[in-house]
Amino acid sequence: MGHDEQEYTKSFEWASWKKLLPFVRPFRKTILMVLILNLICAMVDIALPLFQRYAIDNFIEAGTVEGLVPFGLVYAAVIAAQALAVILFTRGSMRIEMKLGRDMKRACFVHLQELSLSFYNVTPVGYLLSRIMSDTNRIAGMIAWNLFDILWALFYVLGVFVAMFFLNPGLAAAVVLIVPILSLLTAYFQNRILHWNRRVRKMNSRITSAYNEGIMGARTSKTLVIEEQNSREFETVSGEMKTASVRAARLSAVYIPLVMFFSSLTTAIVLARGGSLVLSDLLLIGTLSAFTSYAVGIFEPIQQIARNIADLLSLQANIERVMGLLEEEPLIRDTPEVIERYGTAFEPKRENWEPIRGSVEFRDVSFRYPDGNEDVLHHFNLKIPAGSTIAIVGETGAGKSTLVNLACRFFEPTEGQVLIDGRDYRERSQLWLHSSIGYVLQSPHLFSGTVMENIRYGRLDATDEEVIAAAKAVSADQVAAKLEHGYESDVGEGGDRLSTGEKQLISFARAVLADPRIFVLDEATSSIDTQTEQLIQQATEKLLHGRTSFLIAHRLSTIRKADLILVVRDGRIVEQGTHEELLRRKGYYRELYQKQFAQEAQQAVIAG
Amino acid sequence: MQQTRKEHFALVWRFLKPHVWIFALALLFSMLNTVFSSLTPQVVRTAVDCILGGEPFPAPVQAALAAFPQAAGSPITLLLFAAGALLLVSACSGLSTYMSRMQTAKGSESFVKSLRDALYRHIQRLPYAWHVQHSTGEIIQRCTSDVEVVRNFVANQLLEVFRTVFLVAFSLFIMFSMNWRITLIACCFLPVILLYSGFFYSKIAARFRTADEAEGDLSAAVQENLTGVRVVRAFGREAYEVERFDKKNERFASLWIRLGQMLSAYWGVGDLITGLQILTVICCGVAEAVNGSITLGEFLAFVSYNQSLVWPVRGLGRILSEMSKAGVSIERVSYILRSEPEEDLPGALTPPMDRDIAFHHVSFAYEGQPVLRDISFTIPAGKTFAILGGTGSGKSTMMHLIDRLYDLPHDCGTITIGGVDIARISRPYLRRNIGMVLQEPFLFSRTIRENIAAVRPGASLEEIRAQAGTAHVDEAILEFSEGYDTIVGERGVTLSGGQKQRVAIARTLMQDAPILIFDDSLSAVDAETDAEIRASLHKAKGSATVILISHRVTTLMQADCILVLDGGCVAEMGTHSELLAKNGIYRRIYDIQMSSADRDLLAEGGKDPGGAQTEERGRV
Repeated sequence: MGHDEQEYTKSFEWASWKKLLPFVRPFRKTILMVLILNLICAMVDIALPLFQRYAIDNFIEAGTVEGLVPFGLVYAAVIAAQALAVILFTRGSMRIEMKLGRDMKRACFVHLQELSLSFYNVTPVGYLLSRIMSDTNRIAGMIAWNLFDILWALFYVLGVFVAMFFLNPGLAAAVVLIVPILSLLTAYFQNRILHWNRRVRKMNSRITSAYNEGIMGARTSKTLVIEEQNSREFETVSGEMKTASVRAARLSAVYIPLVMFFSSLTTAIVLARGGSLVLSDLLLIGTLSAFTSYAVGIFEPIQQIARNIADLLSLQANIERVMGLLEEEPLIRDTPEVIERYGTAFEPKRENWEPIRGSVEFRDVSFRYPDGNEDVLHHFNLKIPAGSTIAIVGETGAGKSTLVNLACRFFEPTEGQVLIDGRDYRERSQLWLHSSIGYVLQSPHLFSGTVMENIRYGRLDATDEEVIAAAKAVSADQVAAKLEHGYESDVGEGGDRLSTGEKQLISFARAVLADPRIFVLDEATSSIDTQTEQLIQQATEKLLHGRTSFLIAHRLSTIRKADLILVVRDGRIVEQGTHEELLRRKGYYRELYQKQFAQEAQQAVIAG
Repeated sequence: MQQTRKEHFALVWRFLKPHVWIFALALLFSMLNTVFSSLTPQVVRTAVDCILGGEPFPAPVQAALAAFPQAAGSPITLLLFAAGALLLVSACSGLSTYMSRMQTAKGSESFVKSLRDALYRHIQRLPYAWHVQHSTGEIIQRCTSDVEVVRNFVANQLLEVFRTVFLVAFSLFIMFSMNWRITLIACCFLPVILLYSGFFYSKIAARFRTADEAEGDLSAAVQENLTGVRVVRAFGREAYEVERFDKKNERFASLWIRLGQMLSAYWGVGDLITGLQILTVICCGVAEAVNGSITLGEFLAFVSYNQSLVWPVRGLGRILSEMSKAGVSIERVSYILRSEPEEDLPGALTPPMDRDIAFHHVSFAYEGQPVLRDISFTIPAGKTFAILGGTGSGKSTMMHLIDRLYDLPHDCGTITIGGVDIARISRPYLRRNIGMVLQEPFLFSRTIRENIAAVRPGASLEEIRAQAGTAHVDEAILEFSEGYDTIVGERGVTLSGGQKQRVAIARTLMQDAPILIFDDSLSAVDAETDAEIRASLHKAKGSATVILISHRVTTLMQADCILVLDGGCVAEMGTHSELLAKNGIYRRIYDIQMSSADRDLLAEGGKDPGGAQTEERGRV
């Protein structure tokens, strides 16, 4: 999550904040309520020293306890009212925080479902995850709590000044002088404390990744015997962490006593100035005591305002990150007419969907990747009748996925058309096509959950029997049989508890259950032993039967049966034909093939 | 229970002990701070009673004033003295606050640093089997969140408890000396407040955990959706995914909203109790002041002592209940430190390693499942030895045993190098002399150069490039914009599987070890490069013994000897042609991997000039 700790340097921009309004609007009634309740709390807080003043002037100085009971009752009632206000406003704030966070998370998540795969190719998952989770949490929390904290503190400070001026303007003026000093002090330190806290957080994530490496790389470290070296390196990191933490602590260690000192300075001024007024009978002693309370009382709120405003300003960075994600345009969109007829990914109108037969045609297609600077396909034409098997071969990184990406409409042609069943696929919805495609990846992705659930992902309404039948069809039942709870075994996060070969078989079963008309297989290069590979090959043959299939093949041996082989080199299709044709033609395919099998061929000749 | 408590304390003490003086100093300054702070109300009290109220000054003040005879007469000057005293007290207490905070920070950061270092070092030395048994996320959590809980326990909670107890005792002492009746009444509330908040936080802890877990759940669901985005799209499952997400999202929100309701009730009622306590003290104080038991100044001082008491007590309840949670974290951390690390027996040997490696009746079981069954064979020194076998046939386990990543239990046979049982050889020595490349090698997030030079940090760039050249990765590295200084991994460039494997090979070659093991370590490299690497390795290896594991017959066939492992037993052993002639497993695999029909076609194509069709190339 290296992207997490971006610095914000930009100045305040209202435009960014305005984008929050649609999310906040549904809660305007709750917000108003919380606001009023905060006002009530602040008013009670202002009133409390006045009670003390009343007690001193009217009971102690007057030397009577008459009226003490009603005094106590009113006091108790005020406290009870405040307690009630606290209960209601914290409930309200919590509701705002959670619901606002929930709505923003949902908006991000839904939007991410619409974004193109090209976006995912360049964006790390951790980066997206921190937007959906941490950034939204922070925004919601700050809006629901810090914003009201600021308002409460503002009410309070203003109210106190009003009360003080009402009680004694001269003395009040002396206290007011402290405000700018305190604000500046807080702003200065706050900035530095924030900076150092960020440093500490950064160091903290470095420590976490150091542990991560130390653990993930434990086996490697052991084989290389570099444990001692690693430990020493870690000690440097943890040492830096210590230094940064102590630096951050020193700032607060200076700041807090300074604030306390200024608070005492105010009290001292009130005592000296107010005391002399009392001596000349210009001020009641109860009022002096109220003043002392106020002079001490306004310190915390003023600091709070300064602190929260700094925090709130830094929120802009979070808002920009979330809004940036929400404003990311999907590269591929259905036109309004298409949506009208076929529905969206979330509300499909399946009743209008034409059944798909599976013929694919590239008509005069040119294509260039959004981040590329030259065409990888140039006026390319190819007709693939329904039910045929197309193998795409070439070296790693030669661009074998391009055709598949186009056929599946993960990317759209820059020029020309891709026709499915004779019609440009842009005339139909993405979901229409995607619902008919079975896709098995080189590194198959399973979801955490049981084997059963994972296979059922192919068709959500499939019965257990259908799931098991699909598994049997591709020998995935052997995977389930080996597991402790059979089909009900948990496969772990991302299918971690299974080997690559096993995951592959399960993802085959998933594809079989979906019964797609078009099938895409990105063959695994990772080492699967020959026996499992044979199972996979048999399963592949079953899968391919009767479907239009694209195989991204790394092993030439698995593609002999393809109806058409496309040979890709440096992002371009350089040859096409059947295995036999291509071998006979002394082209690149033959070269590829010979490189892999040259030695065996020789030996075979010698042996023969 | 008592026993584990003791253990917990012992662990904390082990890391606390070197820094205990810093903590003692922190505590001392914090006590000083309490004492200084308690003087402020006394100054106010004296000012109110003696300067404004005309009562006689208490004896110590009178003594102090005697030094300024000219000022004593004027009340205004006396007020200024009082103000000055306030500032002086504040400066002293500020200074002790600073000192106490700094010492606390230094102490706790030193404490946590030594804990972190010890954990890291220990984890590095824990046996491989331990790492296999424990999930990375789990260990990391123990090293980060749990360590943080322990730090908080030592640095904040423990000190805070001492501090609060001292504050309460000291304030109560002053209050009792002023007026015991009101103090008694004020005291009545304190246990109520303490128990109320302590009880609440211990009750709500489980809910906090549930809510945190719900967040983790939600986060995991999002992460899975994002990593599996291609599958989601390919099956058109967007709506289904959103529905699943909604459930988790809603659960997370509603759990916290419910938690919020409980918290708000707690805060509200807590405020009410606190407020009533203060109200009671004010009312009683008023009554006492009116009947003359205390002066007005004492009343004011009383009220402010009382207020400085209530909040820390409320905090104490929370801290005490949270401290009980620290036990769990301490246990989780000490679990790691208690685990037995790898340790060489005294008198471990360092025999020459360029000798024959022999397995003598080796059997090995992993988690109760037998992996190797009574295996015996010899790998002659200086030869290339290849192993073929299916998934789970025990090939990798054999290599792990040679490198002593696992130790052979007693009565399970022995592995010898030059006749010496490897169990008696020093582990670091053994591993340094065995260069092992793993199938899924781990690269550290440093520069490529640092990665290759991991075993010899001082190596020159020439040496590094030479090894990278042998591993056929030099060119690929130079293509990166930063060349050898490119950072790989999390914070840098992502290498392809094949590139990683080749960098790992170069790294192992730097070890210059007499034994080299390639555990399927060219699986992600295409066959052509595989062949080239093997050719250059053959030149570079010198007299080293090489063990190769692979699924590719082409990789295995040139070895001096090939061993076929099946179900944990040696099924076949011999040279390529011997095994082909045997018509066994090896032959079957060979036939599957190389279709005879293709060999015919190739042979035929070799004779056929082919001609015209080559033009088509590049036109598409």
